[in-house]
Amino acid sequence: MSTVSPLEQTPPIPAELREVTGPSALGGGPRRFFDLLWLMSATEFKRVYFGTVLGYLWSLIRPLMLFGVLLFVFTRVFKVGSDKVEHYPVMLLLGIVLFTFFQEATTNAVSSVVSQEGIVRKTQFPRLVIPLSTVVTSALNFGVNLVIVFAFLFAFGVEPAWTWLLFPLALVFLFAFTSGVSLALSVLFVRFRDIAIIWAVAAQVLFYATPILYPVNFESDATYEHFFMINPLAVIFEQVRVWVLTEPQAPTAVEAAGGWAGLIPAAVLFCAICAYGIWVFQRDAPRVAEEL
Amino acid sequence: MAADEPALAIVVEDLHKSFRIPTNRVDSLKERAVRPFAPREYRELHALAGVSFEIRQGEFFGIVGRNGSGKSTLLKLLASIYRADSGRIRMAGRLAPFIELGVGFNHELTARENVVLNGVMMGLTPTEMRRRLGAVIEFAELEEFADLKLKNYSSGMLVRLAFAVMMEADADVLLIDEVLAVGDAAFQQKCADAFYEMKAAGKTIVLVTHDMATVEQYCHRAMLIADGQIQHVGEPGEVGREYLRLNYEGGDAAAKLTSGTKDLRLERLWLENPEGERVENLERGEDLVIRGELEILRETPGVRIGFTLIDENGHGVFQFGTGTDEDAGPLRAGERLAIDSRVENLLTPGRYFLHFGAQRNPDPRATTLHVERALGFHVFGGAPSQGVVELPHTSELTIAGRG
Repeated sequence: MSTVSPLEQTPPIPAELREVTGPSALGGGPRRFFDLLWLMSATEFKRVYFGTVLGYLWSLIRPLMLFGVLLFVFTRVFKVGSDKVEHYPVMLLLGIVLFTFFQEATTNAVSSVVSQEGIVRKTQFPRLVIPLSTVVTSALNFGVNLVIVFAFLFAFGVEPAWTWLLFPLALVFLFAFTSGVSLALSVLFVRFRDIAIIWAVAAQVLFYATPILYPVNFESDATYEHFFMINPLAVIFEQVRVWVLTEPQAPTAVEAAGGWAGLIPAAVLFCAICAYGIWVFQRDAPRVAEEL
Repeated sequence: MAADEPALAIVVEDLHKSFRIPTNRVDSLKERAVRPFAPREYRELHALAGVSFEIRQGEFFGIVGRNGSGKSTLLKLLASIYRADSGRIRMAGRLAPFIELGVGFNHELTARENVVLNGVMMGLTPTEMRRRLGAVIEFAELEEFADLKLKNYSSGMLVRLAFAVMMEADADVLLIDEVLAVGDAAFQQKCADAFYEMKAAGKTIVLVTHDMATVEQYCHRAMLIADGQIQHVGEPGEVGREYLRLNYEGGDAAAKLTSGTKDLRLERLWLENPEGERVENLERGEDLVIRGELEILRETPGVRIGFTLIDENGHGVFQFGTGTDEDAGPLRAGERLAIDSRVENLLTPGRYFLHFGAQRNPDPRATTLHVERALGFHVFGGAPSQGVVELPHTSELTIAGRG
């Protein structure tokens, strides 16, 4: 008996001619898009944490070290904590872990499109997958870090509350904001290599401009609070503090902003940054292969 | 019969693509900020200028052209890596969106993980690709190394793996940019078999290369592209000859010639074997036939031409030449002269070049048209030997007397 190759068993079906429209951000259909996004993110996550000797412990050690240093500085040296906040260490850790997600995702996204040059120039690939996969990878790291955060929560005696159920909602906003920033950075970096340096500094500034080290109500003067609430990240972080840490002293984002109207600048900024990210990526993605 | 013709797989209509190459690149925000209105200067490079063709399902279609002819740009447009300026591309069936083997491999991951990732890039689901994993590894003959990270793979193993993924991904249309010379002889045979199998299965394959042998071996039809335009579409052998002609016409020699003399221009120059076929290399002992065309640019009583044969070290082997018949009257501008020189091939295997020279005759003050290395060729076959020529000889060694 002769062996029949699997190729010969399926006679070619005359397919319809379809228009080839060239590269795009999404290209190749939604299923391929999500398959690729998940596969790229998961393999990168595995690569980092199973490829190193200490494995995913690194994912925990990095924010914990920062946490340890900052906790010492701000409770022993400057004594910011304690009085206004009931659970300063937990607040600090939660803030650091949230911000680490944002910073790691956006920083990796900056060079993502450029470093995946081979894929961009040699294959038809949904471009959007590249920066988004850095965000998803960071989200996976964040998931691992959350385990530690919750361990601390219980250790410091924070009572579980129904508002914990709202925590994912805040994360959705954080994820969206991070993605918007990542999209814009990754595609702008193709043309302006200065973006990497600028963003490193900007991220550092954002770290201090967001109530992570200090409670938003550190001054009795509320104007500071209103000012902080222009920053969309600050709004998200503050609300997480209210929902997760359930601190009676912590003002909600609305209170800190001095009413719903005070949140308008942050909302506008949030939408503008996300929209700009999508718009600029959509605009430049088809030409990225030529610019590289 | 038109009704029996296979359906169209790729239809390209009047495709244009140009690139803007900035002459002074604005690469930093600072430059933008300092000189916001500085004109951004571009040089327009027309890579493709109105290309139209059709490929039918099941066709193995070759695209040949010199470097910079626009063939890779065309392939990238077909693969949706670039976007066309104008024109239309239509395609039937699923396309393997790869134009080079091994793209998208992550060297930190194992072969298994990479196979799945690559398969998904080609449009299969992860589940489907995991099912085919075994077949891929088997085809690539890498069973023992399936869990090894790719960074520890040899380049041959990488290419085998990439080729296997492409074969198993089972796309309807494949775009391939010079990949056939991969692996050892056994694997190459396997690739060739796989290609014939795909041909039999009615897959459409577009192969871009500058190696005519590959095109003639596999392709049903071929297309020659030069300066962003189609020069010729047809039977591979025919396209191959066109390609060679183009190579010599537009080659380095011509570039040097244009700055030559006001009197003459060497239009083309090529090498033939005694059977009259155009060749680039000669078998040992096969006489070389040099043919070419000269154009007269200014009236002259006559023309003399000469060749110098040199070896690869630049040492002269010998010189020969000829002139036009002076009794035939003056040569007028626009007239063409055919060069036909035959040389008995006594050369030993190796690489050789021919310098070409031409001059008005008789005119002692005329500038000479001189083309260094106007032709280059290999003499192949047989064992290499000392020296550059094998002179006709007889030699005997006999017993002269016994003591």
